[in-house]
Amino acid sequence: MQVERQPQGPAPSGLGLEAPLWKNLSQKLTTWAERLAGNVFVWPAVLVVLFLSIFPLILSLYLSLSRLRFVKGGFEINFVWLANYRKLLAGSEKRHFLGVMAGPSLVGWLVFAVVVGLLILWLVRYVRSRSFSVGGLVGRGLTTVVVSLGLWLLVRTLSPEGRPGTLVVTLIYVFVGIAVQYLLGLGLAVLATQRLPGRRFFRVVFLLPMMITPVGVAYLFRMLVDTDKGPFQPIWQALGLGLFSWVSDPWGARAAVMIGDIWQWTPFMFIVLLAALEGQSVEQIEAALVDGANRWQIFWHITLPQILPVSTTLILIRMIEAFKIVDLPNVLTNGGPGTATESLTLQAYIAWRSLDLGGSAAIAYILLLVVTFIGIAYVNLIRSRVAEE
Amino acid sequence: MKYLKLSCILVTILTVVLAACAAPTPEVIEKEVVVEKKVIETVEIEKEVVVEKEVLVTPVPEAKPYEGVEVNVLTFTGPQIAEPLQRRGPDFTALTGAKINVIVVPFSDLYTKILTDLATGTNAFDAFVFAPQWMVDYIVPGYLEDLTNRVAADEALKWEDVAPFFRDFSTTYEGRTYTIPLDGDFQMVYYRTDLLGQEGLEPPETWEDYINIAKTFHGKDLNGDGDPDYGSCISKKRGAQAYWAIWSVAACWLQSQGTGEGSFFELETMEPLVNNEAFAAVLDVYDETTAYGPPDELNLDVGDTRSLFTSGRCALSVDWGDIGTLAIDPETSVVMDKTGAVILPGTTKVLDRATGKLVDCDATTCPYAVNGVNHAPFAAFGGWSGGINATIDPKVKDAAYAFFSYMCQPAQANVDVTIGRTGYNPYRTSQFLNRQAWVEAGMSPEAASDYLGAIEASLASPNMVLDLRISQNQRYQGVVLDTAISQFLAGEITKEECMKQIYDGWEELTEEIGRESQLAAYRASLGVTK
Repeated sequence: MQVERQPQGPAPSGLGLEAPLWKNLSQKLTTWAERLAGNVFVWPAVLVVLFLSIFPLILSLYLSLSRLRFVKGGFEINFVWLANYRKLLAGSEKRHFLGVMAGPSLVGWLVFAVVVGLLILWLVRYVRSRSFSVGGLVGRGLTTVVVSLGLWLLVRTLSPEGRPGTLVVTLIYVFVGIAVQYLLGLGLAVLATQRLPGRRFFRVVFLLPMMITPVGVAYLFRMLVDTDKGPFQPIWQALGLGLFSWVSDPWGARAAVMIGDIWQWTPFMFIVLLAALEGQSVEQIEAALVDGANRWQIFWHITLPQILPVSTTLILIRMIEAFKIVDLPNVLTNGGPGTATESLTLQAYIAWRSLDLGGSAAIAYILLLVVTFIGIAYVNLIRSRVAEE
Repeated sequence: MKYLKLSCILVTILTVVLAACAAPTPEVIEKEVVVEKKVIETVEIEKEVVVEKEVLVTPVPEAKPYEGVEVNVLTFTGPQIAEPLQRRGPDFTALTGAKINVIVVPFSDLYTKILTDLATGTNAFDAFVFAPQWMVDYIVPGYLEDLTNRVAADEALKWEDVAPFFRDFSTTYEGRTYTIPLDGDFQMVYYRTDLLGQEGLEPPETWEDYINIAKTFHGKDLNGDGDPDYGSCISKKRGAQAYWAIWSVAACWLQSQGTGEGSFFELETMEPLVNNEAFAAVLDVYDETTAYGPPDELNLDVGDTRSLFTSGRCALSVDWGDIGTLAIDPETSVVMDKTGAVILPGTTKVLDRATGKLVDCDATTCPYAVNGVNHAPFAAFGGWSGGINATIDPKVKDAAYAFFSYMCQPAQANVDVTIGRTGYNPYRTSQFLNRQAWVEAGMSPEAASDYLGAIEASLASPNMVLDLRISQNQRYQGVVLDTAISQFLAGEITKEECMKQIYDGWEELTEEIGRESQLAAYRASLGVTK
């Protein structure tokens, strides 16, 4: 059967202008549909991300501004504005969160003056530079203020009459811990690249601590530092220190937590830096050797710049992770003695455990702000250094 | 053979003849035969019915009323407290058919675990064994089953045998019974009778005596192993059960006018009694005990200090009734018949609430003083008790109640309280009166008299200190008090800072929860008389 072909589109009106108009409209429709198709494909994924990530973030922000109350038949959440934050920063939890602030020592004053001086110099240099912009100045000004305030908190709480709170203790865990881990990891990685006997064996051995669960590491160190029943008890007794426990001292306990953390995470630094060292260009080193450079010069001028991108990423990942330290202080010292070894995450966990959900969320949000600020500042610093080079 | 053949032929002929005779029978008769068959069948059926009745009448279902029922009981990580529940669970199953599943969590998680399970309606647990002082947070929202009528109808429970303090205060809220007691708790001081005897010392009557005795023995070898031992062992670990120990020391300084005076807050204003001369003296004493304790005392839980005492490493300890029964365990104890117990030491100076200063004890300031010493035994914790989820299936509720009743009945309870590893301490009058049970458990008559005498003296004291029973008391004691005391002991904050921190923290909580309601609850809790 033969079917007569019908003209597509609206019937011609006889003016001769309708056909291009229809074609134009059709093209617009097609373009719109194509543009929409992209959104249709993307939006489900965006909604999933919003639901799984942004929504909990907003909900926890709401929780940090409210308090849970148990009433007949269930519970209610009362909005209290910034009361939970005020409690941490100026209320009954201030000593716990920020610490006990005393007058800075002479060293503290010196450090503070030098760092603030350098920050001001950095700002002045930026204002005089060609790349000056108002936005850049605001960002740098904000960084200067926050760093100065943080440093002021550090020098006051770390003075002899002061006491660091969970915020400062967490910063100590992060910066001291990562610095030692990086140096040790780099040293071990350099050793493992040398042609030494048994280096394959040691590569595996160095990795073992990272394979152990953090709670297992905490129990291991809890046993090791027990001066009454631990394996070092005979040595401790022989030294006449049977009636003294170094983990009952705040700084001794903090050191124990940091040693455990360093022991566990140095292998992570080691394995990544080893890969970076083994992947570096040999030609430059050979050229340097021919030119008479010694080992230190080769390391400082050739190796270190080559592994710098890997190092910055590595430190950023570890820094974000280290801010969340909870298992070691929880199991090893239970945050004690007192609250000496308590990290921000542990403080949030303990608040949550006592059903102070608002207080717990407020601590978590402050932690989020601190991590975000330090992370962005660190990335910007590295980026500007690379740009300068 | 011939006779056989002949017989067969005759039978065949006879059969044929008979068949020929039967052939003309009328049809009506045939129907009657059918009816007869029906009658026979009916009789057979009746016989079958009789057999079925015999099968139905069996005593088994009545003997196991909870066959197929499972009860999930939540409590804290043992071995204490959970051990008797786990041990007696199968016995209860054999008796009633109900299966008992005991689920345990660390002590620090127990309060929250119960509350979140109930508040969110998860209902993963049917019953709980917990600290009765938390019950206010579970009862007000209606989460716990009211057991008043069940208890009244339960003769096997022997409710009148339960000591009045536990019956009228520990298990009740606003006159209604919500829990079944499984344990009785008072903190006492334990001492080594042999050591004090050697030095000619008397058991501590005041906290000054306690310090002096601790000082005398600290650093000496107390168990003959050649290593220096400790004058005093008190659990001071944060996030555990240490915050009751500080109040065992504080109570005698803060309360002297009888139980109704209370020791935590002012009765008119709900102002905390922690920022004054008396509490400063308490902190001094508590801090000094640390100087004569194990080096890692700040990290020791009650289980650790109990082990240290029973292994002979401590001259003194502050604890619940557990050390008394653990000391007679021949497998772990080296201080059997060397352990004495005494009511918590007192003081000769008490707090004048009007001025916040310390004043000397006299007939007005310390009306219940003995030899001029104000004792205030602290009913810390109140004894582990069983409560039931109000929203579960009625059959499971019945089974859960039956289990707690079974555990509390004298036949079980009077044995369990004499076993150290159970963590259960005496709470029935019969347990105090029948000292033979304690002697049979391994205690010498003198030790039994000493141990039970210390508990009875605490129970009989008109100045007994009740534990805090207001809304969210766990945050007052388990968070604010515990944190500040641990920071003070670690040298992180001064005495003054410690007192201010507790004061501010408690005030903040009271404001947050509601001063009027908290004050009403506090006064109501103290209004209960023994």
